[in-house]
Parts: sequence; C-alpha cells; structure tokens
Amino acid sequence: MGIEYLGLSEINGPLIALEGVRDASFDEIVELTVDGNQKKIGRIVELYEDKAIIQVFQGTEDMSLFNTHTKLTGHPMEINLSPEILGRVFNGTGQPIDGLGHIIPEIKKDVNGLPLNPCRREYPRNYIKTGISAIDCLTTLIRGQKLPIFSGNGLPHDQLAAQIVKQASLGEDSTEEFAIVFAAMGVKYDVAEFFRRTFEESGASSHVVMYLNLANDPVVERLITPKVALTAAEYLAFEKGMHILVILTDMTSFAEAMREVSSSKGEIPSRKGYPGYLYSELATVYERAGIVHGCPGSVTQIPILTMPNDDITHPIPDLTGYITEGQIVLDRALYQKAIYPPISILPSLSRLMKDGIGAGYTREDHQDLANQLFSSYAHVGDVRGLASVIGEDELSPLDKQYLKFGLAMEQTFLAQGLTEDRTIIQTLDKGWELLSILPREELDRVDTKILDKYFSKKTD
Amino acid sequence: MNITGKIFGINGPIVFVGGNQAFKMGEMVLVGRDKLVGEVIGLASGKTTIQVYEETSGLKPGDEVTGTGAAISVTLAPGIISNIFDGIERPLQEIAKQSGVFISRGVAVESLDTQKLWDVHVTVAPGDKVYGGTVIAEVPETSAILHKSMVPPDMSGTVTKVVPDGKYTINDPIVTIVDSKGTEKVLTLTQKWPIRVPRPTAKRFPSDRPLITGQRILDTLFPISKGGTAAIPGGFGTGKTMTQHQLAKWSDADIIIYIGCGERGNEMTEVLEDFSKLVDPRSGNPLLDRTTLIANTSNMPVAAREASIYTGITLAEYYRDMGYHVAIMADSTSRWAEALRELSGRLEEMPAEEGFPAYLASRLSAFYERAGFMQNLNWTEGSVSIIGAVSPQGGDFSEPVTQNTKRFVRCFWALDKSLAYARHFPAIQWLTSYSEYLTDLAPWYTKNVGEDFVECRNQILSILTQENQLNEIVKLIGSDVLPDDQKLVLEIARVIRLGFVQQNAYHPSDTYVPMAKQLKMMQTILYLYQKSKLLIDRSMPMSLLKSSSIYDKVVAIKYDVANDELEKFDDYKKLIDEFYDNIMKTNA
Repeated sequence: MGIEYLGLSEINGPLIALEGVRDASFDEIVELTVDGNQKKIGRIVELYEDKAIIQVFQGTEDMSLFNTHTKLTGHPMEINLSPEILGRVFNGTGQPIDGLGHIIPEIKKDVNGLPLNPCRREYPRNYIKTGISAIDCLTTLIRGQKLPIFSGNGLPHDQLAAQIVKQASLGEDSTEEFAIVFAAMGVKYDVAEFFRRTFEESGASSHVVMYLNLANDPVVERLITPKVALTAAEYLAFEKGMHILVILTDMTSFAEAMREVSSSKGEIPSRKGYPGYLYSELATVYERAGIVHGCPGSVTQIPILTMPNDDITHPIPDLTGYITEGQIVLDRALYQKAIYPPISILPSLSRLMKDGIGAGYTREDHQDLANQLFSSYAHVGDVRGLASVIGEDELSPLDKQYLKFGLAMEQTFLAQGLTEDRTIIQTLDKGWELLSILPREELDRVDTKILDKYFSKKTD
Repeated sequence: MNITGKIFGINGPIVFVGGNQAFKMGEMVLVGRDKLVGEVIGLASGKTTIQVYEETSGLKPGDEVTGTGAAISVTLAPGIISNIFDGIERPLQEIAKQSGVFISRGVAVESLDTQKLWDVHVTVAPGDKVYGGTVIAEVPETSAILHKSMVPPDMSGTVTKVVPDGKYTINDPIVTIVDSKGTEKVLTLTQKWPIRVPRPTAKRFPSDRPLITGQRILDTLFPISKGGTAAIPGGFGTGKTMTQHQLAKWSDADIIIYIGCGERGNEMTEVLEDFSKLVDPRSGNPLLDRTTLIANTSNMPVAAREASIYTGITLAEYYRDMGYHVAIMADSTSRWAEALRELSGRLEEMPAEEGFPAYLASRLSAFYERAGFMQNLNWTEGSVSIIGAVSPQGGDFSEPVTQNTKRFVRCFWALDKSLAYARHFPAIQWLTSYSEYLTDLAPWYTKNVGEDFVECRNQILSILTQENQLNEIVKLIGSDVLPDDQKLVLEIARVIRLGFVQQNAYHPSDTYVPMAKQLKMMQTILYLYQKSKLLIDRSMPMSLLKSSSIYDKVVAIKYDVANDELEKFDDYKKLIDEFYDNIMKTNA
C-alpha cells in the first residue's frame, strides 16, 4: 500500500496504462490525483506482469503522462452503506452529491456482488399490484422479479415507471418496509428531475435512494452505477429485510458505455460492435433480483431500456429479454393513437405470473382470462390485416365483432389515466366486459366452469 | 511433486502463466491463494493460457498456479441423482452451507458426500474375471434408481478380494482385482472421468424406439427416438424453457439431467421446487428422484458455463453405462456458444461468423454425437438423448448457432413468435419443424400404438399444410368466397390446432397424454372430417354444418376425456354419427 506511482505510460480514451506496478491485483480500485488537487478513481481491468490497464471512471480529461499520481487501494470497488442512505442522493460511483455530508458506514460492500446460490433462492410468488390494468391482468409483476420496460425514444416509459412506483402496494402485508432504489445511467437532467419530483410529490422521498449519472457525467462511471445501486438494494433487502423496488434507467446507455470502453481496449467486437461479454455483463446486473430463504426482504427490478430505432431484435433488448423474466413492450403506434400506457400486449410477457396469480392470490379466473385476452387480441391483428386488404365492409360478421373488441380493448382496458389506480377486481371485471363483445363459442382458452361463472353475454 | 508456475497476466476469466512449465493441455490447475479451479487451454513457448472457472477479482501477477496432473474431470459415484451442481460438479447445497446465500470464491467442497454410508450389495466374487464396465456393486441411490458401480472402462483383471454386503462410503475399498500384469488394484464406488472425453461403448444401435414425451405435437408429429438429438430454437418468450420443463417432467427416460446453462436463477429454483413436489406418473416416486440439476446461471462465471454442458453429458453417459435411458435437457446451448465466443475473444482468436470462433461447428457436433442408443461395455443397453434449447439472437434462425445445430440434430422443433403471442402452447410451428426419426420409428408405432397411426399422423399434418395454403388465399380475398370443401378444411384444421396440437401444461389431464389417447383423438378428428366431407359432397352448405356444436365438442375432448377413460371415445363416434344423420334427415 502506501506507494504512489508518478506518471503514466499511456492514455487512450477512458483507459490509462501504468508500468512498473508492484502487487496490483485484478479488479482493484486505484485513486488518482491529477495536478495535486483533482481526485479521480479507476479500476484495474487488465494486468500484464508489471503493467496495469486502468479504466478511469471520471474520464481522462486534464490527465497527462506526467501530472498524475496513482495509489493502489488494495481492494475492489466498495461503497459505504448504512440505513441512513434512504432519502439521499449520490453520484454514479456512490459519492453523496446532495450536500448533506458523508455517510457514516455501518458496513462497506464490494459492488461487484456475488451470484445468488439458486438453491437458496425462494421462487417468487407474491404479486405486486400496480393499478395498471395491462400490467396487473396480462403481465403481472411479481415480488422478486426483474421485469424490464422496452421502450423507444419519446415514449412515456418514465411516466409509466413513475406511476408503477406511486401505485405499487404490497397488498395485505403492507406493514412491511418498502423502499425504492433509483439508478440513472446517462439520462437527461429533465428525466432525473422528473423522477425526483414524482418521489417528492408522492411523499416517498424519504424511502428513496438515488444514484445519478446524468447524460453529461463521465461515460465510464455508468458501468459501475447499476452495480452500486444494486449493492445498496441488496443491503437494504437482505440485511435490513426491506422490500426494494429498483428502477434502472437507461440500460441502453450502460451497454453503450461498455461498447465504448471495449473498443478503447481494442477488443474483438461481436454483434454491432458490442463486446462478446455483453450478455454476461447484463446478466450480472439483472440477476441481482430475487428473494432468498429465511429473509423477509426482496429485490424487484424494473430496468428501462430504449430500443435503438424501436428494434426489439437489437442486441441490447434481445439479450435483456433472454435474461429477464419477461418484458413490457411499449408501442409507438398505440401512443400515437393517444393511448396511455401504450403497452403492446402481444410481445409483453411476465414469466413469473403463472404462479403468483389465481385463487388465493388474485382470483381464480385470472389465468384463463389473460390467455383468452391475448389469444383474441392476436386474432384482432389478423382481422385488421385482412380489413386493410379487402375493406372493412367485406368482413364477416364475426370478424367485425373482433374489430369492435380490439378497439374496445385499447380504449377502455389498456388506456387509463396517469393517476388512475384500478383494483385487481376492477381490472378483471373489465376484461370480462370486453370478452362479452365476442360470442361465447370463440372463447376457447377458458375452462367451461369459469366461463359459466364469469361470462355474461351483452344483450344489445 | 506438482508443477507450479507464476501468473504474469490477467484478462477477465483468462489468466496467463509465464515460463515453460510441463502443464498439459486440458489439465486442471489451482490458481492463486484462493485455489480457484482452472483449466489449461493453450500452451506456447513461454506462455500457458488458463481459463478460470471462478471470478478472478483480486488475483495478482506473481500468484502461484499449481497443476493437479489430471484433466478436468467429474467424480462418478452414488449421490449424483437428486443433487444440484454448478458447472464443474460442485454441489450448490454444500456451497450454501459454507458460504450462505451468495456463492463466494474458492469454496473447497467435495463433489459428492464422502461421509454418507450407502447400502452396498457386492455383485462379484473372488475368482471372477472382470472387464471395463462389469458391475461390481449395486447401491439403491434413490427410490427410483439402482446405482450400479462398475469397473472403470480402462481396467480389467481377476477379483481377489471383496467386502461383505453392508454400509460403505463412496471411498471405502469394495473389490480388489489383479490385472494381467499382476498389479493389484483397489476399486471403490467412485471413479473419475475427464469431461471432454466420451465414455467408450461397444456399439451403436439404430434408433428404433421413441422417447415418449406425452406431448402430442412431439410424439405424434415430430417424434424423437431414445438416443436421439433434438433442438428447440426460439426467441425469448416463445416457451423454450417451458417445453424443456414439460419434457423433463413427463418423458419416459429413466434419468433426466437438466443443465441450466447461463439461464435465470429463479428458473432453476422453480425446477428444484417443482420437481421435489411432482410425482413421476410411471413409478409414483418424486420426480427429483430421477433428476440431476446442473445450474450455472447467467451471472455465474463464464468458463464454468462452457464446462457445464460437458459435465452434464459425462454424468449422463455414466448412467447410460449402467443400462439406463438418460435424457439431457440443455437450456440453452446458445449461452454455451456465447461462452465460447467470450473466451475466444479474450484469447484474441480470429473470429468467424458474428464473432463466434471458427471451431463452433466442430464443438457442437462433438457434443451432439455423444448422444446415441448404445450397447455398453457390459452388454447392457442404454441411451443418451439430447434435447438442446437454442436462443437465436433476435429470434432469427439464420444465425450461426441455430444453423450449425441444425446440421447435427435430427429433430428440429421450431418455436414460433406469433403462436406464442397468441398464447398457443407449445408454440412449435408445424410447418417449419421436422423429425428425421419418423421413418425409423414407424415400425414401432405400427406395432405398439396402432396399424393406422402413421397414416393418421400424415393426414393430420397434411390438413395443417392445406390450411396454410388456403390461408394465403383468405388473406387476399377473405374466407367467405371459398368453396365449401375448402371451408371444411379450414374448420377441421382449427379443430386440430385447438383440440390436438395445442396442449395445456397446467391442466391435470392435458399436461401428459398417453399414446393410446393421442391415436384416439386423431381418429375422432379424422372421422369427423370424413363424415363432414360426405355431407359437403351431398351439397350441404358449410354454414349448416357449423351450426352444430360438434366441432367445439371435439376440440374439448382434451379436457373432457380423462387419460384413462378411452371408452368415452365411442360416445364421440356416436355423436358424430348422430350429427351426420340429423343433417341428412332434416335437409334431405
């Protein structure tokens, strides 16, 4: 320890090289002092004998080959944690920026985290009511789930996330402690401000921890922001027994930062220039959600990502979809029809909902109803395709009923107000109301008994 | 004395050792103070390349690397079944006992419980000649599986000493043999086998019997044989994992090895919870009693992900050698291919297609060729079937992993996004899927299920194909203008899609359907088609036929007729006859 190295041997984008280093270890954090006053931190990303490649979180501006002092810290990136972090605002590397001073640490934790042992996980089963019909009924959010919002630029993903945060309640056992960890990676100032204001207005700010890396903050810092935030979330959930909802926005900036650093390191790119380890890196972020045996807390993740060019097959949404337990996809065409939230339900999915809904959780008819709505709405797409070729008038009477159903579904079921909070029963009843537009014979996904109990034909 | 070396470079999971040490290719090494497990993957003058199976944070240049002298291998002994391992056969339950809810680094655990006493029944006596594969002892491993400990494949000799039947641990001496050179060798219940080397067998049989899965679209339309290979490609959310779970639950293999390769942690927990509760319909034992899980979730180290596939297949081959039918569910092989790509990138190898290394195809073929229906060295018969999920990037089947997998498997179950969006499960698209086993298996079906089985199957598929062609027309001009016989094809195809191809995994009697019922269902649907066609031929309009509820009744057979009530199908035949007579009577 103690030794300071003067000067550098190379600077290349966000990376610096240092030669003649002794006793450096892989993934270690170093402290850099530029011109004797400016402090920066960096992480060792490659080691060859006495040469270390260091990634500087704050960027390499102002650094020269001679003006930098480097000091090894001897440990990987750590942050200070204590229950006092609630209500505070930090930068992307976990330093307080709200002017309220440093955190007195109860514990220091390595931000890289460790994989959860699958046999100590508990399978998530409790649903979280969001008050949004499209989510509650069709892509139910489960406590301990990671359910991303796939969005595009200009779509109201922030409003949707904010509405979920405001309305998400824990159901009957709401005496349990609940908190929000918010991590912003490369988002605009307005977006961060929008979230801050929303938390304040809903009176939740004392239960929010914010980690902000804004669009004009250093790019490399973004690589560590979600890890810092999730370390805080894990601490609050698994050591303090709280239920944590983590919002990560925007994961696209995180992946872009990875590509930038990878290309500076001269690595071999795979798809669209992203490094081969994009999947593994995303997984180390997303997999840090869940519930463990014998611990009251939970970590639920809602990452937001903007699909470049609205393309769901782009590597970022594609790999995300393979890791997360479903996705909520927003659709521009719906939004232009002034439908909020513009959730495109067909590609949206919640993989965990099957075990967290039904009798004892929501209502016995939930699964069948959801299946039927999906199936019927999928048929609406076919009918609309047909109508655009042969004209609406030429459609069979049944197909016309489907068109009516599709329209009603979008306008009364999907669409709801920014502050409209529907109960699960209201949502399910609305679903049955929609199905009553269709003849009973068409409802082939519903068990006959359920149909007898809930289906009532409209008598118009 | 073990060879040691010193680290000079670290790049993620890849570590370089300087100097010229006599490390061997594929040798297992222990890296650094924490003794992280690694494998030698490259040797050059003055430089040894090692991939490390654990997180490399904190390693330093100058740290020591120690060779173990042996290739990376798995321990084979009682205790494998019902267990859950990581990618290099470390038991996760034991790791949890040592390091809590998170998996920390350098945890030293034995692969299998060395303290547990097993009930051992010795099956050889002094004087017996034994060869590689001869069963020396039998151990009831779980209520479902009798474990047969064998002489390792590369050993033979004469038995000189045996222990009496009783309770022993896996490392206690059981049998002593003397080989042809007069060397004495002590055999325990344990043997080791390198994961990258296939275990030898006597010969390979043709694939002549199906792996019954209870899933109609698979058993009837696209069957896989015991010892066969199949790929399930599909974008995210199309139900790969769900299909794998259904197969693991219901297929008639004796043993299931479920490899969660780079997938979600919660999914592995689900399998673990579900399988300990669910009961095997054939034996009445918990499903976990015939299942081994290998869980290397996406956030666990990438090199171990690469190894997990080989660990799984080696365990499978070991049980095959005992005479069992083993099925491997590999979910997903794309993650494994991506692990290869990631490691290849770190090694700065020249990339081929989409950044994947050029040896992707040969690695895939080597893996799938380890499947087969074999005669083992001890003259028993056993099989290893491989069902690999493929997660194509962007759901595009033209990407390298899907394309190369297609070359080496004989069953292709293509999952389709639009079917999944309409919540039609299993979302296997019948037009693009295929099975090359059909002709091999036809004699078995004819003999064991029914003379007309293959004929029925072909008719069903042909109606579905006709539907697709008609739909092209419907898309352009609407369905109203089609002639009645074509409208009938569309209606029957609807019945097939909803009543036969679609299967509800959550419905108690629909989740698994025996072959006899599958045949009856096809016969009923085709009988309905035949009778309706007669009506159409007599100029009865389709609208009249459709006013009857018979079509929806046939669709609901899957729910309304339980798996053991096959006699009810006669009632359906009567209903169809009545429907025919009624229309003829009232409209003649």
